[in-house]
Amino acid sequence: MKKEMITLTIDGKEVTVEKGTTVLEAARKINIDIPTLCYLKEINEVGNCRMCLVEIEGVKGFKASCVYPAEDGMVVRTNTKELLDTKRTILELLLSSHEKKCLTCVRSTNCRLQDLSRRFGIEDLPYEGEMPKSDFDDSSDCIVRNTAKCILCRRCVNVCKKVQGVSAINTLNRGFNSKIGVALNMGIRQSTCVGCGQCVIHCPVGALTEKSNIKDLKKVLADPTKHVVIQTAPAVRATIGEEFGMEIGTLAQGKMVAALRRLGFDKVFDTDLGADVTIMEEATEFISRLKENRNLPMITSCSSGWITFAEKFYPECLEHLSTTKSPMEILGTLIKTYYAKKEKINPKDIYSVALMPCSAKKAEIIRDELKLEDELQAVDCVITTREMARLLRESNINLATLDDEEYDVPLGIATGAGHIFGTTGGVMEAALRSVSYLLDGTELKEVEFKNLRGKKGIKEAEINIQGKTHKIAISQGLANASKLLDEIKDGTSKYSFIEIMTCPGGCINGGGQPIVEEFKASKIDVLGLRAKALYNADKKAKYRKSHQNPEVKELYKDFLGEPNGKKSHKLLHTHYNKQEVYVESK
Amino acid sequence: MDIKELNKLKEKNSAVLKKKRIMVCSGTGCTSSKSDVLLSNLKKIVKDKNIKDILVEKTGCFGFCAKGPIVVIDPDEIFYEMVKPEDAEDIVASVVDKKPLERLLAKEEDKYVKKWHELNFYNKQKRIALKNCGTINPEKIEEYIAVDGYQALYKALNMTRDEVIEEINISGLRGRGGAGFPTGKKWLFTKNSEADQKYVCCNADEGDPGAFMDRSILEGDPHSVIEAMAIAAYAVGATQGYIYVRAEYPIAVERLNIAIKQAKEKGLLGKNIFGKGLDFELELRLGAGAFVCGEETALMNSIEGKRGEPRPRPPFPAVKGLFEKPTLLNNVETYANVPKIILNGGKWYKSIGTENSKGTKVFALGGNINNVGLVEVPMGTTLREIVYDIGGGVPGGKRFKAAQTGGPSGGCIPAKYIDTPIDYESLSSIGSMMGSGGLIVMDESKCMVNLAKFFLEFTVDESCGKCPPCRIGTKRMLEILTRITEGKGKEGDIEKLERLAKNIKSASLCGLGQTAPNPVLSTLKYFRDEYEAHIKEKRCPAGECKALTQVHIDPEKCKQCGICAKNCPVGAIEGEVRKGPFKINQDKCIKCGVCITKCPFKAISK
Repeated sequence: MKKEMITLTIDGKEVTVEKGTTVLEAARKINIDIPTLCYLKEINEVGNCRMCLVEIEGVKGFKASCVYPAEDGMVVRTNTKELLDTKRTILELLLSSHEKKCLTCVRSTNCRLQDLSRRFGIEDLPYEGEMPKSDFDDSSDCIVRNTAKCILCRRCVNVCKKVQGVSAINTLNRGFNSKIGVALNMGIRQSTCVGCGQCVIHCPVGALTEKSNIKDLKKVLADPTKHVVIQTAPAVRATIGEEFGMEIGTLAQGKMVAALRRLGFDKVFDTDLGADVTIMEEATEFISRLKENRNLPMITSCSSGWITFAEKFYPECLEHLSTTKSPMEILGTLIKTYYAKKEKINPKDIYSVALMPCSAKKAEIIRDELKLEDELQAVDCVITTREMARLLRESNINLATLDDEEYDVPLGIATGAGHIFGTTGGVMEAALRSVSYLLDGTELKEVEFKNLRGKKGIKEAEINIQGKTHKIAISQGLANASKLLDEIKDGTSKYSFIEIMTCPGGCINGGGQPIVEEFKASKIDVLGLRAKALYNADKKAKYRKSHQNPEVKELYKDFLGEPNGKKSHKLLHTHYNKQEVYVESK
Repeated sequence: MDIKELNKLKEKNSAVLKKKRIMVCSGTGCTSSKSDVLLSNLKKIVKDKNIKDILVEKTGCFGFCAKGPIVVIDPDEIFYEMVKPEDAEDIVASVVDKKPLERLLAKEEDKYVKKWHELNFYNKQKRIALKNCGTINPEKIEEYIAVDGYQALYKALNMTRDEVIEEINISGLRGRGGAGFPTGKKWLFTKNSEADQKYVCCNADEGDPGAFMDRSILEGDPHSVIEAMAIAAYAVGATQGYIYVRAEYPIAVERLNIAIKQAKEKGLLGKNIFGKGLDFELELRLGAGAFVCGEETALMNSIEGKRGEPRPRPPFPAVKGLFEKPTLLNNVETYANVPKIILNGGKWYKSIGTENSKGTKVFALGGNINNVGLVEVPMGTTLREIVYDIGGGVPGGKRFKAAQTGGPSGGCIPAKYIDTPIDYESLSSIGSMMGSGGLIVMDESKCMVNLAKFFLEFTVDESCGKCPPCRIGTKRMLEILTRITEGKGKEGDIEKLERLAKNIKSASLCGLGQTAPNPVLSTLKYFRDEYEAHIKEKRCPAGECKALTQVHIDPEKCKQCGICAKNCPVGAIEGEVRKGPFKINQDKCIKCGVCITKCPFKAISK
C-alpha cells in the first residue's frame, strides 16, 4: 500500500514526508537540526527534555517536536526568539543541577549537554542553587553510575527496558530529587543488570560509564617481571579507528595490532582464533545434541550479557545453553595452558588482557565457573575499545597513522568465520560453515548465508543437515531473546539452534564501543557500516571456515585432541547457575 | 431493574424522606469534630426510648463547615450548628416536643434563624452539584432513587447517543477540574474514536490545597457520579469505568464502594442496564496522593500501574488514553451536574450563569474569612458576593487584600477586582484561573511574596520530575523567593523570576509546570511594590516575613513598666523599671509578637 504523503513548512522550507512522521524527523530530513537531549528513535520518544520544542501555527503553546505528528499544511518554526530563550533557560537549569566537572569527565567533547551549551553560547549560569541528592554507584563490575551528572533523559531506562527487557533501572523519587536508580535504592550489582552497557552508549552525558580498568593495566604494563599479552575481539577492529578520526566502518586490524605492540604488550593475539575454536566445540556439541535429541534448541553462549540474562531471567532454560566457553575465555585458557607450555612460561607470570567491545566481559572473567587450575583467571583484565583508545592517546600513539602489523603466532591466525562473530548472525553463520564438515567431512561450496545477516530483531532460516530440515533463529537485543526463550519455556519452540546476542547488531554495538551521538547516528547507518567492515574482512580472508584454520588444526593435533574430547571438554567448556534477583513482573 | 421497579422504589422512598428525620452531617469535616459520636448517640437514644417515628440518618456535607458539626431536622429543615455529642438527648427531646432547640440555632443579626435555606450563607447559593448533599443518606441507594436518582440514566438510554451528547453540548457545561474544556465536545471526540474497547474515568484526585468539593460530593452523593458515568459510558460507547480517588479520602472511598455495590445489586451497573443493552462496570482505583495524578495523562499512567507522571499530548485521551484506548475523563463535579442536565434539559442549565460559563461552580472558601466552607454559586456571582454576602467578610475587622483562586495553578485577585463576576474567562483575563474551585481569602496581614513562596513550595514538592523546566525551574524560583523573604533578595531577582516564570510556563510538559509560576506572576503583577520593598528596603510591608520585621518600642509611649521584658521568651528586651524607656535587642528578638500583645500602653509595634 502506498503511504500517504504530507507536506509541511519548517522555518520557511517545505518538506514532504510520510504521514505519521514526527515534526522532528521531518525537520531532520531538510537538515534542520532541532536540539534534542532525550530523543532516541523508537526507544525514547517521550518528550521530556523539552529541548526540541517548536512553535506550530494555530497550536497553543510550544510543542515537543519529537512526539508531535507532522500534518499536511502545518507551518512550524524552530528558531523564534522566544523559543531560543526558552531552550537557553532549560539548558541553564540543567547546568544548574549538573555536576560540571567537564575537564575531568570521560565524556568531555562527546557530550550532548556540553555540545548544546556550546551551541547556545552559554557563558554564565544565572540560576545556581541547591544540587539534587545524588548517588555514585560503582557496585557493578561493568558499569558505574554517577547521578550527579544525570539529566534524567531516561534513555538508559528505556533502552534497558524496551531493547533489553532487563529493567534494571528506573526513575526513583519525585520532583527535584528524582533520580535514576535501582528499586529500593539498591546498588546496580543487586539488580537485574546484565552489564551489557547499552545504557552507557546511549547516555548523552557522563552519568553512565564503563568500570574502568585502565589503572590496573598501566600498572602491569610498567612491570618488567610480567609477561603481558593481549587478545582483541572480532568487533574491535571494526570500530577502534573511529576513536582516531577514521571513518565509521573502517577496518583497522593491522593498525590496532601495531598500536598495541607500541603500548608495550609482549604478544598480541586474536580472539578470532578463539572464535574458530568455539565453532569447533560448539558445532560438535550441536551435532551430538542433534543425534541424541537432547536439550534442543541449543543456544549459543558467546555473549556474556546474555549468559547473565539467562541465569537471572530464564534459569529453567540453562540446559539449552551451549557449554562451550566464549571465544575470549577459550583464547584466555589457551594462553595460560597451550601457549604457556609452548613458550615455557609459568602461567602465573602471564597477565592476560582482553580488548573487548563489551562491558559485560568485565564480569565474565571473574566467574568462578571459568577459573583454571590454582584458581587462576583465564583473562585478568578486560579493556573496552573506548578505554584502549584513551590509553593509546595518552601514550602518544595515533593509531590511524601506523603501518599495519600482523598478530603474533601461535594464537594469531583467524578465519573469516572468526571475524564475523562480531556481528549479529555471525556466530550462526560461522557454525553453519563447519557443521556439515564436522558431521561427515562435506565442504560447503557456498559460505555466505545472507539471510542470517541484517537488522531484523529475530531472523529465521532453515538449514539442511543430512537430508533433514532444521529451523534456526537469531536474535539481537535481549527483549527479542525473551520471545524465543518464552517459546522454549512453553514447549512451543520450533528451532534446533538459536544464536543470541545481547546487543542490537551484536558486538559491533557493544557497551564498550565508541559512542556515536544520537544525532550523528541518525544520519548514517553506523551498525550497517561496522558490520560491513567485518563482512569485508571475511571476504578477503584466506580461510573462511573455522575448521580450515591451520593453527586450529595444529592446536587440536598437538594439544587438545578431539573437539568435545576429554581435554577440550575440561578446558573449553563451562556450566551455568541460576542467579537470584528480584525480577519485576513484565 | 426496569423503569417500573425504579418508579415504585422512588414512590416508596419519597414517603420516607417526608418523615421526621434527624440528619447528621457525616462529611470529613464534621466527622473529625465528632459528628460520628453524635450520630451514634442519637441512634442509641431513639432506640432506647423506642421512638418509632423519628429517623436518624447520616448525610453529606452542608457546606457551612465553620459551623460544624451540623444537624438538620427534616422535613422542617431546622438547622443546628456546632453540635456536640452530648447535645443528642436535647435534640431528640426537641424533635419529640416539636420545639426548636434555641441554643443550637444559628444567629444572624441577633435573630435566630431556623431553616437552613434562610441563612445568609445559603441565600445567594444555588445548589445543583451539591443538591443532594445534606438531604439524603448517601449510603442508601433508595434515598437517591427517591430524589429522581437513575431517572436520568433511564431517560438517556431512551435517547440516541448523539442526542445525549447534544444535550450536554446545549447545556454549555465545561470541565470543573480547572481547564474548563467543553464537556460535550470531549464526549463527542471520545464517541467518534473507533475502538474495540473504550473507558470512562472519573478524576477524583482532588489535590488543590484547601479544595474539598469533590470529596464532599462523593461523600454526600456518590450515586450522582455513578449515574453520570453510566450516562457517559452510553454516550461514548464505553463498557468499563474507573474512579480514580485519593486514598486520603477514606470516607469517600467507603461510600463509593457501598454505592457501587448497591448499584450492581439493583442492576444499575453491570450487564444490560434497564434492559437497554448498556453494559457498564465500574471500579475504584486509589491514588497515593500525588498532586500531578490529577493531570489526566498522569492519572491514566497511575491507573495502569505506572509511575504517576504525564505523557505528551497528542495523542489525546479521547483517541488513545487508558491502556491506549479511547478514554473519557471528567472530574467529580462535572459528572455531578450531568444527571440534572439530562433530566431538566440542557436549556435549563444554560439559563444559569454567564455568556460562556454556564451553570454553577462550587468553591471551597477558606483563609481569612468568617464563613469557611463549601459554597455553590451561579457562574457570574461576584467575588464581593462570595466574600461578604456568603462568606460573612474578613474576621477581626481587617481589610480584604486579595483572594487566590485556582490554588497553586491560579493567581491572586486584588481588592480592586472584587466586583468581577466570576467565570472562566473573567478569571483568566485578570491573571488567575477557575481551577478546581479553591478560594482563599487574604487580609492585609498577608505578605504576597510569602504567599507566592507558599504555592511554589507546594509545586516543588509535587513536581513529578519528568521535565527540567518544572523539576529544576520551580526549585530555582522557590530559592529566589525564599531569599527575598529572608531579606537576602538581590537586585535583578524580580527579573530572574519573571524570565524563569515565562519559560517554565512555555516549556513544561503538563499543566502542573505550565501553571506553576502563576502565583508568582500574578502577585508580581498586582503587588510588585511588595517584592521591591523586600529586596530594596529589606522590609515586609505586611509584616509577615519574620526575617524582615523589626519590633520597636515607641519611647514616647513607653511607661517603663517592664511588663514586656518580663514576658519576652528570649530575653530580648532590655531596660530597668522606671529608668527610661525599654529597648528591644534586634539580634535576640524572634519577632513572636508577645510583647506587642502584652504592652498595656500599645507602645510596641512591628
